[in-house]
Amino acid sequence: MYSFTIPAVILFIMFVIIPFSRGIFLSFTNWNGYSKSYRIVGLSNFIRLFTDQNVRRALINTLIYGIGSTLLQNIFGLAFAILLNKKFRGRDSARTVIYLPVMIAPLLMGYIMYFFFTLDGAINQLAFSTAKESIDWLANGKRGVVIMTLINSWQFVGISMVIYLAGLQGIPSMYYEAASLDGVHRWGLFKNITFPLLAPAINSAVVINLIGGLKLFDVIMALTKGGPGYDSHSLSTLVNRTYFGSENAGFASAIGLVAFILIMILSFITTNGLNRYQENMK
Amino acid sequence: MIKKNNIWRYPLVILISIIYLIPIYVLVGISFKPQSDLSSYWKFPSSATLHNFLYAIEKGHIFTSIKNSIIITAFSIFLIVLIGAITSYPLARKNVKFTRFIRNFSLAIMMVPPLSILVPLYATLVDYHGINQYWGLVVTLLTFELPMSIFMFTNFIKAIPTALDEAAQIDGAGPTRTFYQIILPQLKPVTASVIILSGIHCWNDYQFSLYIMQKTSMKTITVAISSFFSQESSNLNAAAAAALIAILPVVIVFLALQQYFIKGMVDSAIK
Repeated sequence: MYSFTIPAVILFIMFVIIPFSRGIFLSFTNWNGYSKSYRIVGLSNFIRLFTDQNVRRALINTLIYGIGSTLLQNIFGLAFAILLNKKFRGRDSARTVIYLPVMIAPLLMGYIMYFFFTLDGAINQLAFSTAKESIDWLANGKRGVVIMTLINSWQFVGISMVIYLAGLQGIPSMYYEAASLDGVHRWGLFKNITFPLLAPAINSAVVINLIGGLKLFDVIMALTKGGPGYDSHSLSTLVNRTYFGSENAGFASAIGLVAFILIMILSFITTNGLNRYQENMK
Repeated sequence: MIKKNNIWRYPLVILISIIYLIPIYVLVGISFKPQSDLSSYWKFPSSATLHNFLYAIEKGHIFTSIKNSIIITAFSIFLIVLIGAITSYPLARKNVKFTRFIRNFSLAIMMVPPLSILVPLYATLVDYHGINQYWGLVVTLLTFELPMSIFMFTNFIKAIPTALDEAAQIDGAGPTRTFYQIILPQLKPVTASVIILSGIHCWNDYQFSLYIMQKTSMKTITVAISSFFSQESSNLNAAAAAALIAILPVVIVFLALQQYFIKGMVDSAIK
């Protein structure tokens, strides 16, 4: 029976463990990504990593993409779920409409949004009548990061909504009825019944959104490619740029490795914190 | 109290729905607009044209890339389901160190961002001659989608009573026969969820495809659209048409199989 796991184990060894070990090795070299020869450069890639302004910028952006999306998607996901939980006409269509963007490739969503945020795009056409006043929305790195966080949150809020809807349906209505008889108000119902009983759903939704946000790549490639300059790079797009753009595979491996450790730590802290919260609620 | 609730619900729900539909409306409008029509993106074209679509299909190699994406998605889904299901059987039934390790390792892979492994993975695939090959992308997608499949199948098999396995074993069936005759036929609902979720992920993949499928004839739909966008920056109408062609299949499948999509999403998220 254990032999059933052989194909999966082979795949994990060939395409996860071997590349990952190789990545650790490459991060100590100055390999350019294609030539046969390279030198071992010791820790210099890592030293550069901690002093490099572009890496720092990308790291901060990655945290904004990750944490910003997680907050927005959970707040709005829960709000939409509460709004669309009770039965009324048009409820199911509204759920479909909100969930639809989840199906669309994030890259293509980025291109669709390009038509809104470009200099002569839909937003400027709506808000500004003359080209003189138009804002080039993505020409500013910080603004670009905020816009792309919003786009990512807007696109994937449906995932949280669906998870919260499933969670809300799992709460027995008799709890609400009993509390209402005791004269508990709406906010009290939410605070004392809905929110604690949603703990498992919150746990799932937060972890999924956080991992998704920290990996952000496609939308950035579609809209700014990390620009202007290096201002809106995430760690994902920076690895791509460093490997294929600057042909610095050793340094790119080092960024990838450090990003991996950071993301693992962040996910671990979040999962642990949420599990403890969930235990307390029991 | 509930009746009163619904009155303020409507304007809010309508507003949210409009916000969610506007991008599609604008995209459709632009893609049917002749290039000479410089009116606002918010206005639907007064004379619609199919020219943008024809141009995108011809210059953007859209059909070749759709064919590539179909081949890759089909093979990936097949293997993700098959290997996911057989791996999950021992993981669900035996709670020993080895199976626990495989389960935890598999869960850890779900958290690994592709970026942290892309450089060495690409280098490794170059060594295996897997670049610009269908199998190179298929095994990569398979490896990184397999954990979700294992997670869902394991949870599902755990809920099947072991009495059924035991009865089969008493009748002399080995684990292989028990799996194929007793377990496999019961996996239909979770298989539907795995197919849908992994199918969407494979079809929409950009990060792996961008690295592995660089040759024009091997490009998947996302990679083809992205090169078309950078090459046609002056002809945005055709680029919009190309994007519309690429999202249409997914939207149609989603609208037809909605409940399964949502059920799959919930199954994959909640233990």
